[in-house]
Amino acid sequence: MKTRRLDNYGKINRDKILSFRWDKKNYKGFEGDTLASALLANNIGIVGRSFKYHRPRGIFSSGVEESGALVTIGSKDRRDPNVRATTQELYNGLEASGQNAFPNVNFDLAGINNYLGRFFAAGFYYKTFMGIPPFEWGRGTAIWMFFEKFIRKAAGMGSASELPDPDSYEHAHDFCDLIVVGSGPAGVAAAIEAVEKKLDVILVEQDSLVGGDQLAENNFDNSQIKNQLENLGIKIMTRTTAFGLYDNCVVGLLERVTDHISAPNVNIPRQRFWTIRAKHIIVGAGAIERHIAFNNNDIPGVMTVNASKHYLNRYGVLTGKRIAIATNNDSVYETAQQLSEAGANVTVLDSRTNFEIETNKSFEIRKGYVPYNINGSKKIHSLDISKSEDMNKFETLNCDQVLLSGGWSPAVHLLSHRGVKPKWDYNNACFLPTDTKENITMVGSSRGLWNKNDCIASGIAGTTDALNRLGISKTNYFFPKPGGWKNPIQPLYEVKYKKSRPKSFVDYQHDVTTDDVRLAHREGFISVEHLKRYTTLGMANDQGKMGNIIGLSLMAELLNKEIPEVGTTVFRPPYTPVSIGALSGRNVGKHFRPLRVTPMHQWNIGHGAKMIEVGLYQRPWYYPKENETLSESYIREASTVRKTVGICDVTSLGKISIQGPDSTEFLNRIYSNGFSKLQVGKARYGIMLRDDGIVMDDGTSWRLAENEYFMTTSTGEAAKVMSWLEELLQTRWTDLNVNVTSVSEQWAGVSVAGPKSREVLNNCLDDSLVITNNNLPFMGVTSTFLKGNIPCRIARISFSGELAFEVYVKSDFANTMMDLLWENAKKYDGCLYGLEALGALRVEKGHVTAAELDGRVTIDDAGLSKMASTKKSYIGSAMRKRGVLKNNDREILVGFFPTNLKETFNAGTIVCEKNNIKGQGIGRITSVTYSPELGHWIGLGFVKGGLDKWKDTNLVGADPVRNKQMNLKVVSPHMIDPKGERMYA
Amino acid sequence: MIRINCPYCGERDHSEFSYGGDATINYPSLDASEKEWTEAIFFRKNIKGFQFETWHHSNGCRMWLVVERSTVTHEIKSVKPCNPNLQKVVENNK
Ligand SMILES: [Zn+2]
Repeated sequence: MKTRRLDNYGKINRDKILSFRWDKKNYKGFEGDTLASALLANNIGIVGRSFKYHRPRGIFSSGVEESGALVTIGSKDRRDPNVRATTQELYNGLEASGQNAFPNVNFDLAGINNYLGRFFAAGFYYKTFMGIPPFEWGRGTAIWMFFEKFIRKAAGMGSASELPDPDSYEHAHDFCDLIVVGSGPAGVAAAIEAVEKKLDVILVEQDSLVGGDQLAENNFDNSQIKNQLENLGIKIMTRTTAFGLYDNCVVGLLERVTDHISAPNVNIPRQRFWTIRAKHIIVGAGAIERHIAFNNNDIPGVMTVNASKHYLNRYGVLTGKRIAIATNNDSVYETAQQLSEAGANVTVLDSRTNFEIETNKSFEIRKGYVPYNINGSKKIHSLDISKSEDMNKFETLNCDQVLLSGGWSPAVHLLSHRGVKPKWDYNNACFLPTDTKENITMVGSSRGLWNKNDCIASGIAGTTDALNRLGISKTNYFFPKPGGWKNPIQPLYEVKYKKSRPKSFVDYQHDVTTDDVRLAHREGFISVEHLKRYTTLGMANDQGKMGNIIGLSLMAELLNKEIPEVGTTVFRPPYTPVSIGALSGRNVGKHFRPLRVTPMHQWNIGHGAKMIEVGLYQRPWYYPKENETLSESYIREASTVRKTVGICDVTSLGKISIQGPDSTEFLNRIYSNGFSKLQVGKARYGIMLRDDGIVMDDGTSWRLAENEYFMTTSTGEAAKVMSWLEELLQTRWTDLNVNVTSVSEQWAGVSVAGPKSREVLNNCLDDSLVITNNNLPFMGVTSTFLKGNIPCRIARISFSGELAFEVYVKSDFANTMMDLLWENAKKYDGCLYGLEALGALRVEKGHVTAAELDGRVTIDDAGLSKMASTKKSYIGSAMRKRGVLKNNDREILVGFFPTNLKETFNAGTIVCEKNNIKGQGIGRITSVTYSPELGHWIGLGFVKGGLDKWKDTNLVGADPVRNKQMNLKVVSPHMIDPKGERMYA
Repeated sequence: MIRINCPYCGERDHSEFSYGGDATINYPSLDASEKEWTEAIFFRKNIKGFQFETWHHSNGCRMWLVVERSTVTHEIKSVKPCNPNLQKVVENNK
C-alpha cells in the first residue's frame, strides 16, 4: 500500500504543521488531522499487532469502530493505552506507539503465534482453566497458574501507567428539553426543528466537528452549519460521546476537554463526565460499515470503503494506488468514482450479478465477483477473486489496497442500553431499531435510512414525535421507509476459502476467525450469548461494531436458521470506553470520601497523636513518645491506664437524643435487655438485634430525665442505628410518642480510665463531690460542670475494665476539656491513649466490637446470653433461636493464648484441630493484641462449641496467608479481672 | 436514575435516598411466633411491575417514604410518608 497526501483535497489546515512521534521517530501532520490520517499521510501501514496471533494490523476505519489502530498515547504518568488512532486528534508533540509487539510493530517476535494458531483457537483460555486433556483434565487451576503470566503478557494490548494520574476530571450535570445525539443531517434537522418550536436543545457530537458522515463529502462546509446552529441558540457539545442511556431520559456523556491539546491548562479538567436529564432523546448516531470475512482479510491495507472516502475528502489522503473494492451494495460507487478521480486505479468487485448503477465509467466494475484471499503479510500484494456463483473461476488482481463494504449496521447501541431489542430487516440486511414507550426517537441512518434527504426528513419527523410525546403538539408525521439504495443489497458475510486453517477474521480486535465460530458451534455453544463469551467475539473495546453481524450470520448458517432466530447480543454502556478517571471525577485522593474529624482533632495532633481511619473518622491511633514504635507506644499506654490513668477521645461514637413520653417503652423494645426499670441518673449497656435475631449493635443509654435518654452507639454503626430507629418510629410504631435526634456532632466525648481517673476528674470539676463512689456508683450518670463553668455529662462506664468515666461537653468546649483533663492527668503520670491501646484493653477484658459483631453473631455466640431478657419481647427475640441459630456447634466467643507464650498470632487466623488443618477449621481469631498485663499475646475469637468443649485441648492456629502456624489454647474471653472488681472500685 | 418527589423536600435525585424494602409487610407483634416473623422477614414477592417500597430520605428530611415504583421502567406513580400521621399533614397542606 502506498498512501499519500494530495494537494487539492481535504479540510485540514495546511498552514499549521504539527510534529508528532510515532514509535520513537519524528513525523509531521497538519492541524485537523487525526493520528490515523497523519500516519497514513506518512505512508505508515502497520500500526499494531493483533491480540492473539500478533499479526501486523493497519488502520481499518476512520472512526469509533476502529479495531486495528489501537495505540498508546503519551508516556510516563500520562500513558494512555488502547486509544483509537482514528479518533485521536493530532496535536503538536503528540507521542504515540504501537501495541502488543516486541520490539516493535514491524518486527514482532511473538509473530510466531500466527503459526501456532490451533493452540489459540476459541475457548483457549477456558480450556486452560480446566486443564488440557487428556493429561491435565480437571487439574486446570495448576496449569492456569502456570500459563497465566505468559498469556497475560502475550495477549494484553496496551498497558496503563502505574503512576498516579496527574490529570483532573470532573462531573457535571445539565438539563434540557431535548438532547440530540449525532450532528449528521438527521440530528441537525431535528435540532433546528426543535429549537424553532422553542425547545431547549443540546446537540452532542463525538467528533471535533459537526456534520457526521457529511465530513466525508468534498464540498461540505461544517463551519457554516455550526454557525447556523449556534445562532439558533442550540448548545453544541463536540468531542463529546453519549456513551449510555439510562432510566428517565438520563444520558451519560463523556466530554474530552483537553485530549486534543499539547499543553493543556492545568486548571481545566482533562475530561468531563456529564449526566444530562432531558425530557426527550433523539438519537441520530449513524450507521457503521461492515467488512467481509475471507482469508487474510486483516492484512494492512484493508479498510472500509467509507473510511477511504473520509481520508480522501476530509484529510486529503489517498489511501491506495491500485484499489480493489469488494462489496454487495450500492454505497461504494460514489467513493469508487472519487478515488478514481483522485488518481487511483479502482476496480469494484460486486457480488451481485444483476444490477444497474450510474457511474462516470472511470473504473472497472466486476459484477458477480467476490474476494477470497489476500496475498501478502505486512502489505497487500494482490487479491484472489472468484465468481460468486462459481468458485472454480478465479483469478488474481494486482492491488495495494482492498476496501470492503459488506453492508451497513445502524448504530442501535444507545437504544439497546434501554433494553429495546432491534429487529432484523431482510431487505437491508441489518438490524433496525424498534419503537419504545420511553421518550427516545431514532433518526437518520441509525434507523436504516441510506440517503441524505430521507435522513433530513426523519430528523424533522423525530422532533415532531418528541413534541407530540411531550404533549406540546398533536401533529401527524411519518418516517421515510428504511433503505434508499437503487439496487437491493445481497447478503455477503463470508467468502469461504478451501485451504485448511484459513485466517478469515470476524472480530479483528480479538482475533476471532470464522473457524473459531465453527469450533464453538461444534463444541455446543449455540446461543449467541455463549458464542460471544466462548470466542470473545464482540468483547473487545470496539464491542464488535463491525464484526458482530458476520458472527451472527455464521452461527445462523451453522444452525440452519435465519439471523433473527439466532438473535443478537445486547449492547451495554459504554458505547465507547470511558476512563476510570472520568468515572471517579473529583472523588480521588483525600476527596475519595468525606473525612470526619472530632472537635479535638487538632488538639490530638498537637499532642503527638498518630491518626487512623475508622469508618469516615480520623481517630488517634497511638501517641508515640520520641522514637517509640506503634507497639512500644500502645503497650506503654495500656499499661499506664491499668496503673494510673489515661485519656482517650471517644467522640466518634454515635450519639442519639431520645425524647418523649414513650421513650422507655421504645428502648425496651429495641434493646434485648430490660430498660423499663432503669432509674433517672443511671446508664445501661444494651444490645440491639436485627429482626432476624442477629446482633446489630451495642452501646449505652443514659436516662437523663423521666422522658429523656442519651444513647451512644458504636462508631461504625452510628448512621445505621439512627436510620433504624427512625424507620421503626415512622413505619411500625407510629403510635409511640418518641422523637429521636442525632446529636453526634453536638457532643465531644472523652474516656478517663484507670485507678486514678476519679482523682483526675475530681480536680477538673467545680464540685468534686458529685463523682464519689456513693454519689456516682458504677453506671451512674450525672450532669455537672467542669472548672470554668463548663456544663458536662458524666457516666461511670468502663470499656477497659478499670474504674472509668465517659465525659461529654458541647463540641465547642472540646479543647478546654482536653487541656483541663490532661493537665491533671499528667500529675498522676497519666497518658493519652489511642485506639490501639483501647483495643488491647478491651481484648484483655473480652469486650466485643465490630471485629466480633460482624453480622453473623447472635447474643449467645457473643457469650452475652445474660443480656437477652426472658421477661419481655423485643426486636429479634422471636428469631434469635430459630433453626441454625440454636445449633449447639455454633462458634462461641472465647479467648486464645498461644501454647508457647513467646509466640504471636494475627487476626484472621483459622482455628483447627490438630490433625485436621483444612477448610474453615473450627473457629477463627478476630482480634489480637499483646497484653501488657499478662505479658504475652492474646486473642479473641470464636470456636465451635466454645470454651467448655476445648478448654483442655491443644488446637492449631493456621494462617495460610502469612504462611504461619502455631499451637493455641482456648481460654475464657475474660482474660483479666473476670469479676470486674476494678470497675466497681 | 430515579428521582423521588419527597412530600416535604420536593423532587430530588435518588442519591439523596436510601432504599428500604417492601412497604407492604405488616410486621407482626414482638411476641408473635417465629413462624410469623419468618414470613415477614424472609418471604418476598419478586414483582414485575409496580410495587410499594420504602425509601429513606437519608440525605434530606429523614422521612421514611412509601414509593410506588415500577421494577421494569423505574416509573414512580406515587410517593407518600410512611407515617400515617405525616400523611394527614401532607394531605392537609395540599
Ligand atoms: Zn425529604
